[in-house]
Amino acid sequence: MTLPDIPPLLDRMQSEIESCIDNFGLTRERLALVGIHTGGVWIAEKLHQRIALTTPLGTLDIGFWRDDFNRQGLPEGIRASHLPFDIENRDLILVDDVVMSGRTVRAALNELFDYGRPSRVLLASLISLPGRELPIQADICGAALELPAGQRVKLSGPEPLTLSLDTARR
Amino acid sequence: MFDFTSRPGTSAQVQLTPDGRLRHFIDIDGLSQALLEEILDIADSFLGVQQGEVKKVPLLRGKTVANLFFENSTRTRATFELAAKRLSADVLNLDIQTSSTAKGETLLDTLQNLEAMQANAFVVRHSDSGAAHFIASQVTPRVAIINAGDGRHAHPTQAMLDMLTIRRHKGEFAPLKVAIIGDILHSRVARSQILALNILGAAEVRVIAPRTLLPVNVEALGCRVFTQLQEGLEDVDVVIALRLQKERMDGALLPTESEFYRYYGLTQESLAWAHPEAIVMHPGPINRGVEIESAVADGPRSVILDQVTNGIAIRMAVLSMAVSGQTRQRMQASA
Repeated sequence: MTLPDIPPLLDRMQSEIESCIDNFGLTRERLALVGIHTGGVWIAEKLHQRIALTTPLGTLDIGFWRDDFNRQGLPEGIRASHLPFDIENRDLILVDDVVMSGRTVRAALNELFDYGRPSRVLLASLISLPGRELPIQADICGAALELPAGQRVKLSGPEPLTLSLDTARR
Repeated sequence: MFDFTSRPGTSAQVQLTPDGRLRHFIDIDGLSQALLEEILDIADSFLGVQQGEVKKVPLLRGKTVANLFFENSTRTRATFELAAKRLSADVLNLDIQTSSTAKGETLLDTLQNLEAMQANAFVVRHSDSGAAHFIASQVTPRVAIINAGDGRHAHPTQAMLDMLTIRRHKGEFAPLKVAIIGDILHSRVARSQILALNILGAAEVRVIAPRTLLPVNVEALGCRVFTQLQEGLEDVDVVIALRLQKERMDGALLPTESEFYRYYGLTQESLAWAHPEAIVMHPGPINRGVEIESAVADGPRSVILDQVTNGIAIRMAVLSMAVSGQTRQRMQASA
């Protein structure tokens, strides 16, 4: 299976963000991007440059908000989340590299709401895969892919950003 | 009284899972630099959580942490309680001195009852060295033991919160000279600090005390010994003043507190012998005018209140890592 190149996916995401800004009447000054560690931050950095927001980029590590502590224990390499702006009543675009089960996004939303009450949260994802376990869909998406059984997409980066296939861990 | 003579294995063996993760946290001795740095890194992340509007994470939701304090310590118990609550755990505070064991119940009976209440972690404070190790050897595999201070042996979370404070103020440990002043003899904190500083690679660890407050062969822990304050403080980057444990002196080891202050008190004058950017630490509670001058304790180089904040983050890190280690242990056992 051939995986897509990153730049066209970022072009599409940038275009969809611009459309969202117009369609939802978002104010650029009140709009902020929040990347989810690790791949989501890399994508958010690229998009932040492209759409030239004045609000600094936020980052989330959802490790402390995961729902599998009872089964997996503490994940490795958790970093501090960094939201260098007040999220109260702010429009946010939450950015991840891959959305599949939706559990990472669920954890990110829970964490975000511990910092305040944003007025709107849109979800942007470089890749959308089947296998959703929660009612969560990306508003902005680089590409929706179907993968061979037992395969996952892995984003490597930050420079260069590349997609590769990886064997799924059970 | 416990029998600590039949301890199975070293602390390091008891503390770690087969894959090297933290299972209990009893002693710094035998732990790797990588593991100590992991504790510091996770605590750093928890400090980020504490800067938010909501200072809790759901990590230990549904878990129960029991604080078993066989010896009084308001501050340590409060920070462990806050740490567990910020991880969303339920917390049981048990003052064992005035409860079951005082009514004749054995320690093992008490532990079994707490296990039957499905506690996931015991935070243990005890006046006898080795108590936490003993309890770790007796509990079921699903309970994590955290040592909150045992006798003169160890106070590993205090040492780690000190390491976090040093790292946040000074960065790398490699170039640092650290001086610990005061009652080294009775101090489980000093022993744990010396071990942690050496494992983390500090350039030099010094202890400064009158000979009567120094343990025999303290150099074997990995430190230089000074009996003169000026020599010991020369050019150090971190100064840690220990609490003079008046309740443990029995009037025999020091002529008077004022004489100790005269020769070993950390004052603005004596602090001038240290590096101009040296930070001042104290594990608390402070005896003002005994081991440290108020102007130093409250001065611009004091990071004593940072230590308190960092203590909650370290205890959150250790609790979550140890409960996580128990989880992984159970997974491996059932696989």
